[in-house]
Amino acid sequence: MDNSAKISPVIPKRAGVGLKAAHYDRILQDRPDIGWFEVHAENYMGAGGLPHRTLETIRQSYPLSLHGVGLSIGGDKPLDLAHLARLRDLNQRYEPGLFSEHLAWSTHDDFFFNDLLPVPYTQEALTRCSDHIDQVQESLGRQMLLENPSTYVAFAESSMSEIEFLKTLTARTGCGLLLDVNNVFVSATNHDYSPEDYIDAFPIEHVGEIHLGGHARDQDDHGAPLLIDAHDRAVADPVWALYERTIARTGNLPTLIEWDNELPDWQELFAEAQSADAILVRNQTEPDRVAR
Amino acid sequence: MPSWFETRRSLIVSLADLQSGFIAHLRAPAAPPPDSLVASGGTPPNRRFNVYRNNVVASLIEALRASFPVVERLVGEEFFKATARAYIDHEPPKSPLMFLYGETFGAFLDAFPPAASVPYLGDVARLEFARLTAFHAVDKAPITIDHLSRLPQDQLGETEFQLHPSLTLLASRWPLFSLWAASSGEQSGEEVNLDNAEEVIVVRPHYDVDTRRLPGGGDSFIKALAEGLSLGEAAGLATAASEQFDLAQHLNGLFDLGAVTAVDIAHS
Repeated sequence: MDNSAKISPVIPKRAGVGLKAAHYDRILQDRPDIGWFEVHAENYMGAGGLPHRTLETIRQSYPLSLHGVGLSIGGDKPLDLAHLARLRDLNQRYEPGLFSEHLAWSTHDDFFFNDLLPVPYTQEALTRCSDHIDQVQESLGRQMLLENPSTYVAFAESSMSEIEFLKTLTARTGCGLLLDVNNVFVSATNHDYSPEDYIDAFPIEHVGEIHLGGHARDQDDHGAPLLIDAHDRAVADPVWALYERTIARTGNLPTLIEWDNELPDWQELFAEAQSADAILVRNQTEPDRVAR
Repeated sequence: MPSWFETRRSLIVSLADLQSGFIAHLRAPAAPPPDSLVASGGTPPNRRFNVYRNNVVASLIEALRASFPVVERLVGEEFFKATARAYIDHEPPKSPLMFLYGETFGAFLDAFPPAASVPYLGDVARLEFARLTAFHAVDKAPITIDHLSRLPQDQLGETEFQLHPSLTLLASRWPLFSLWAASSGEQSGEEVNLDNAEEVIVVRPHYDVDTRRLPGGGDSFIKALAEGLSLGEAAGLATAASEQFDLAQHLNGLFDLGAVTAVDIAHS
């Protein structure tokens, strides 16, 4: 177990970025003025070596958020207890300020499909998700944040809206929410509803973190726009606008720039974080429009 | 509220059935989207469902490319992607830890007919997977050869070795190290003679993974030590395996690599 001194785990209401191995050297050398880092938990589930050594060094100087991508909370099957134990170990070792996972599933019949598959918004799925979230929060001994998904299809079986589904989960489990503003824009475009209405209806009192990322553009069978949550480019302008609308409601929140594919050099990623910070600074100087 | 929220069907389908159906259609590339999805304008959401199919396959192909860069360099990107796709279809990952995926890729390549003209590909894949495993292995400090000289010299033959937990040995019928090195950027310009068999050791004593070609008898010697045989027994097996076996050279090499974490006289 690591006993090295760490700075406070509290994630500041500033911008952070997803930590990538390709940027390790530059970050360790520059020690950039950035609020915090987020890691995909699964990348640090090996026993030892360079990933842990680097993360320990970074954790000494920066707050850290732990973001799981493989727990399959929306899966019908029971959670993988070995995976849950690995999350608990990482949580103890690195003392992250936030822990989050997705409203999605990825495991079925013992196979892991490495994507965030869509959950039908049914009573049965609600029960299963809330049981799984209870189990995670009990095992880790902390609150988790659940992230709203990017979706490309809808289930005929769904009996409630995504927002109703998420709201009910927070009420049943006490979990918080991670509001991915790019996901809102992607899903709203794909299902032809207003992203602004979605943001305005979102239970902001439960939001503990915001994600921003880039999306790709395609078309569906009818030529309608089909956006894909690719995390392979800069944040799009309408997503920045939606972000400003969001924090005008929520007040400033920890905001992550996600860039996982077609990685830019460090300077470009850092510049995205600085853009988010600039919006946060501007927002802070304006009077709160909503009481927190 | 979008209209598709109000689209209700008369039969309630269980979550288990919805997910089984989703996966069955996902894994059948020619199948239409599952019936459980909302159709728009009376047509099935083919392109929408294909986003999930593409995400799954493309992300797993990328995971394999990241883990097997030398295999890709040996066969080219296009062939690698087609091969990876066949492997993913044959054996999807079982763990959310992507660095565990591909343990059987070498065996798959051995038996993959389109790769038959590159018969050493499976061994190269096994070497790359050994390197990946070493990269993530548990940390343990190696010891220097001084520890050996501190033991009673008349009992050295009974010494047992603990080898580094990151260590893997590969005995190939191909010039495995040379093939790997020529395509990994670690070594270049060397003519590879496919008639030479090579034995390779992979170990990560600190933070960098080390990959070396073993001198004659090395595989027998280190394998015997790893199995808990004494230094004398291991040297005997190695001498039987290779006339060139040189104990001093191998001992120095093993310690220099940082492959030894403890030595002790057997108390049995």
